[in-house]
Amino acid sequence: MSEDRNEMPEPEVDTRRREIAGVLTGEFQSPSPDQVLENVLENVLLFLTSRRDRNAVSLVCKSWYRAEALTRSDLFIGNCYAVSPRRAIERFRRVRSVVLKGKPRFADFNLMPPNWGAYFTPWVTAMATSYPWLEKVYLKRMFVTDRDLELLAQSFPAFKELVLVCCDGFGTSGLAGIASKCRQLRVLDLIEDEVTDDEVDWISCFPESGTCLESLIFDCIECPINFEALERLVARSPSLRKLRLNRYVSIGQLYRLMIRAPQLTHLGSGSFSSSDIVAQGDQEPDYISAFAACKSLVCLSGFREIIPDYLPAIYPVCANLTSLNFSYANINTEQLKSVICHCHKLQIFWVLDSVCDEGLQAVAATCKELRELRVFPIDAREDSEGPVSEVGLQAISEGCRKLQSILYFCQRMTNAAVIAMSKNCPDLVVFRLCIMGRHRPDHITGEPMDEGFGAIVMNCKKLTRLAISGLLTDKAFSYIGKYGKLVRTLLSRQGCEEIARAMPGLVVEVIRNENEEDKDGFEILYMYRSLERPRIDAPEFVTILQHQKESLSLASLPSSIRLSIVIIRREIWLVCWYAEWQQQQEEEEEGEEGEKAKLIIKVGSDCALE
Amino acid sequence: MEKPVVYDNGLNLEATELRLGLPGTNEPEKQSSTSVRSKKRASPEMAEETRSKSSSCISDADDDAPPPKAQVVGWPPVRSYRKNSFQQRKGEAEGAGMYVKVSMDGAPYLRKIDLKVYKSYPELLNALENMFKFRIGEYSEREGYNGSDYTPAYEDKDGDWMLVGDVPWEMFISSCKRLRIMKGSE
Repeated sequence: MSEDRNEMPEPEVDTRRREIAGVLTGEFQSPSPDQVLENVLENVLLFLTSRRDRNAVSLVCKSWYRAEALTRSDLFIGNCYAVSPRRAIERFRRVRSVVLKGKPRFADFNLMPPNWGAYFTPWVTAMATSYPWLEKVYLKRMFVTDRDLELLAQSFPAFKELVLVCCDGFGTSGLAGIASKCRQLRVLDLIEDEVTDDEVDWISCFPESGTCLESLIFDCIECPINFEALERLVARSPSLRKLRLNRYVSIGQLYRLMIRAPQLTHLGSGSFSSSDIVAQGDQEPDYISAFAACKSLVCLSGFREIIPDYLPAIYPVCANLTSLNFSYANINTEQLKSVICHCHKLQIFWVLDSVCDEGLQAVAATCKELRELRVFPIDAREDSEGPVSEVGLQAISEGCRKLQSILYFCQRMTNAAVIAMSKNCPDLVVFRLCIMGRHRPDHITGEPMDEGFGAIVMNCKKLTRLAISGLLTDKAFSYIGKYGKLVRTLLSRQGCEEIARAMPGLVVEVIRNENEEDKDGFEILYMYRSLERPRIDAPEFVTILQHQKESLSLASLPSSIRLSIVIIRREIWLVCWYAEWQQQQEEEEEGEEGEKAKLIIKVGSDCALE
Repeated sequence: MEKPVVYDNGLNLEATELRLGLPGTNEPEKQSSTSVRSKKRASPEMAEETRSKSSSCISDADDDAPPPKAQVVGWPPVRSYRKNSFQQRKGEAEGAGMYVKVSMDGAPYLRKIDLKVYKSYPELLNALENMFKFRIGEYSEREGYNGSDYTPAYEDKDGDWMLVGDVPWEMFISSCKRLRIMKGSE
């Protein structure tokens, strides 16, 4: 299989290098100055990794365009329908790593009917023949089949990393193919995917001799795994640093894995509970010492079915933790306090609101380095109790001054607390507040939540992402500023169509959602820019409203605007309005003035996560 | 599909109006804002004005909060994976939040029971008797359990072993970490 790959035609770069080499030995006519320059440029460009820089380079002139295209090894496609596989592959010929994103965010919240699209098949089919040196694939919200995975495993002998986030369409049989055929595999990360249980023992499919596995993440897999095989796998994977287990792994089994892998830096602890019957006289393993032995552990998650009695086992690692995910752990205030008091270095903390305001106060008291906080609701309904409130938010704002990102679900909030956070946490980049009860005002003053969100937008100069909720008036939008106006323009289908006409290459999809309980259904308007004709794989419940063709190069697309509007029974729910600048995507911006152009606004909802 | 309200001027503005809000908000909940809307043209800008009008109505139309909330698609925006993992466990937790280990001196295996299932000491002790096939004596404050070799004890939050029955049931439930049926005299 791998022998075939060696016979692939060599790329142009090597030809030119040979020409240069010929010059040095005096055997060859000197190449033209252009060729020399291009060759030099390529060598320089190899060092350029930022997408934004590369896009800029490609606009200088044709020769630079070509050189950049030949030397780009990391391909990022933020919307799989923005460009066709063929076009991407024709331009970038020596790609080693591909990032592909498919469905829009609202698909996470059951707003996208199944079979909408975002199929990986055309991409993997095209790459199989064109990118023989492919090493890394990162997919988000794509539909991936077992056959796709099989093709991937067969086609890329140097394949090293597979990361699937929020994907579906495949099962354990697809994983078995990856495990058995990708001999250089270092990373297999399955994050929040829906994986079908084909009853295939994929863990046993890894090579029997030692593996180069560095990261194995499968906490989303909702079926049991062969534990003995996993134990043997861990034992023969000396490079393993990241291991996240699913909830079918008990704490006793966790223990057995930990003692084999004390070098772990990231651990997902599985269920963190035990089976009921424990024979008297049998002592439970010394969990504390297992954790104490993991001196490099910095990131801890899991706790999927936690028995709080076992919590003290993690005390030895708390002082080193920079990331702790308790968002599946139903623990109370006291239980949290016992742990968090040790976590002085914590930067990322995810937790359930079961810990109450008092628990958050404890976090504020200890975690002075906190950068990211996410508080999830244990009871995600509009009229549930709501154990956290403005009290917790205020405490966090006072204690965690370095906070950059917050996601906070609650039932009641006040403008005062939000304003306090806007002043206390000037580094905020992401502020997402979800007041679960619809249209809830400030529960103390009875006023709309305009002032709070207004303060966030005004005081947090680094803000790029905002999700608002609660009772709001147009005052909130006027505070949000430049985009407030634009949002108003888009609040009708006509407005959308006007934008579509004004903006070249805009595709407008009307996605009809039939709700079973309610024959009324609702519509989603999803707009995105694309270089291609309307997609041919659209299902029958999707109508493509209008489309303009214009030939634009990828780099000259300064932004790809993705806008989703959900219209339900005449109400527009502005799900997701953001300007997604190619250069901005998940990268740090140096030296950018805080133009509102980077502001991502999500109105009403779409606050949740990852 | 619910019939839109027809207003005085006869124009069925409701049917064509677009307003800003969350999915599933059925109809104008507040009378006052309804009449406001009917006087205006149905236009996008109206959405904001409606909002600002209705906000001022909130304080005097307090009785509308909260109307019965139907489950709305996509709200709150929590991923179904997360929602499901707790609904599952809530179902278990409703009746079964308090499993504690029960050991009995001389028995080869421990058991687990769910304290939430019981409402009082007699119920609990009855269940224990059945589980381990023994008989407990009569409880008295002064003498503990009289009339049998077995004494039920529990470990509390502080790690101390306490006699079952001394404190009110609710207090017991919240402090009991495990149970032990002791045999003979200590």
